[in-house]
Amino acid sequence: MNSSSHYDVAIIGAGMSGLAAGIRLAHFGRKVCIFERHNAVGGLNGFYSQRGRKFDVGLHAMTNFVRPGVKGTPLTKLLRQLRIERDEFALCEQKQSRIAFGPRGETSLRFTNDFAVLEQEVAERFPAQQDGFRALVGAVRTFDDVALDAQPVSAREIVRRHLTDPLLEDMLFCPLMYYGSATEHDMEFGQFVIMFKALFLEGFARPFEGVRLVLRVLLDKYRAAGGERRMKCGVQRIVSHAGRATALVLDDGSTITADHVISSIGAPETAALIAATPAVAPGASEPAGTAPPGRLSFVETIAVLDRQPAALGWGDDTIVFFNDSARFEYARPDGLVDPRSGVICIPNNFAFGAGRQLPEGLVRVTCLADYDRWIALPEAEYQAQKRHWFAAVQQSAQRFLPPLPSANAYDAARVTTDMFTPRTITKYTGHVAGAIYGSPVKQRQGRTPLANVYLCGTDQGFLGIVGAMLSGISMANYHILQKS
Amino acid sequence: MTKDECKKLVLDIIADIAPDEDLSNVKPDVRLRDQLQLDSMDFLDIVMELRKRHGIEVPEKDYLQLASLDSCAEYLTPKFNALPAKG
Repeated sequence: MNSSSHYDVAIIGAGMSGLAAGIRLAHFGRKVCIFERHNAVGGLNGFYSQRGRKFDVGLHAMTNFVRPGVKGTPLTKLLRQLRIERDEFALCEQKQSRIAFGPRGETSLRFTNDFAVLEQEVAERFPAQQDGFRALVGAVRTFDDVALDAQPVSAREIVRRHLTDPLLEDMLFCPLMYYGSATEHDMEFGQFVIMFKALFLEGFARPFEGVRLVLRVLLDKYRAAGGERRMKCGVQRIVSHAGRATALVLDDGSTITADHVISSIGAPETAALIAATPAVAPGASEPAGTAPPGRLSFVETIAVLDRQPAALGWGDDTIVFFNDSARFEYARPDGLVDPRSGVICIPNNFAFGAGRQLPEGLVRVTCLADYDRWIALPEAEYQAQKRHWFAAVQQSAQRFLPPLPSANAYDAARVTTDMFTPRTITKYTGHVAGAIYGSPVKQRQGRTPLANVYLCGTDQGFLGIVGAMLSGISMANYHILQKS
Repeated sequence: MTKDECKKLVLDIIADIAPDEDLSNVKPDVRLRDQLQLDSMDFLDIVMELRKRHGIEVPEKDYLQLASLDSCAEYLTPKFNALPAKG
């Protein structure tokens, strides 16, 4: 029965990072409870059912894929730390992905889980940049990206020391930014390194069943280790005294206490829970949250097809990162959506094994969006804009995929569609401003204004879903398990 | 407990922490780090599993004693034998 009122550790949020932290702590005998406001686990990487169909959200692919036998990478660290057998995730590798730039995708770089393919593509398309690219890869490989005390440096600046062609520079940044950057225009170099390794040096894979399998494995481990969770039970505020959290007030009005609190909900979101607490001692002012909310949000369209995408000639690409303009602009758009660039994911195009295929075709397209404009729309207008942008995003993305057998083949194959907007993200995940990658300012050590409250997840700064899980693990180790 | 039994318990722990390592030929006199891919996170886990499974405390200043199987046995066997007998 979930009726305790004191825990060694309370975790806020049952996403990937919160679950991973919970598994570590429960495994080593801590009394842990995860509090989740939503009725489903997963947070930013979840799934939902609509009209009898299951849809994944967030995760296009699991990054950081390495083949069995490769050790010392984030994926293997994560499996060891959570005592997960490799086979439990049953990962299937991507076929190939592309970065396609130009009004019709004229310049294209293919990459797979074999890094030599990207090296070869760079050598062919950008012969003059070959040596610079090699030097950049060297700098990435030797950078200590897990140091919790690294100083921030501009990735654009470092990349420009090695590459002189802005087209190649933008093409390399595009996937890395789309898959995890909370910063407009640039990235912190440490984050660039994490993403470069995760996408290019390692690679993409997914379980046949998608994100729900990953979540099921995590939940099973957590339960088996004795962890508790309370669903549909968010934390309303964190009560503090003398710089420490002393209690958590839950959505149902009840109060629990915990020696430590790990919050996976984001830095500004956590600061808001702390600020919601009336000051205990008059005159004692708490330090203001130093993490501004993120400015980057997204729309994603999902098209369900009555046939495999291969039947439309779209059977090769797993993920396509596209941009039609002279420069790639990763920023909050000046409009509801910026359809000039985006990410196409075709979940059918993983190597699921002979004779195994997803029951329906799926095409997902993600583009940058402006939260403020979406949130300001009255309901009828919101629905109309969703319809308008669904079509505009499809049109934009199609330019970067192989030509269709007939002009309306894609439209004719669509059985149903769905679309999320920045408004949807905030509604279901609680992330301020629909910012799925959180605040541009990361707290590597997970510190908050309160000594026994730590951040994990996107605002701690390890990116991607493997990063999210490692973040939960690292913070549980660093702040709690290593201290006793 | 004998030193060999102690080595076996340590190997059992490593097998659970790093199921992807081949432990069939671990040389007892060679540093574990030099023959297996174990990082500081893994060593921390060995320490924590010793506490969880056997109630053995290894303070941080003694972590170096866990470098090889031989040194583990040297250091841990007296600790095991000093544990109150299970009733």
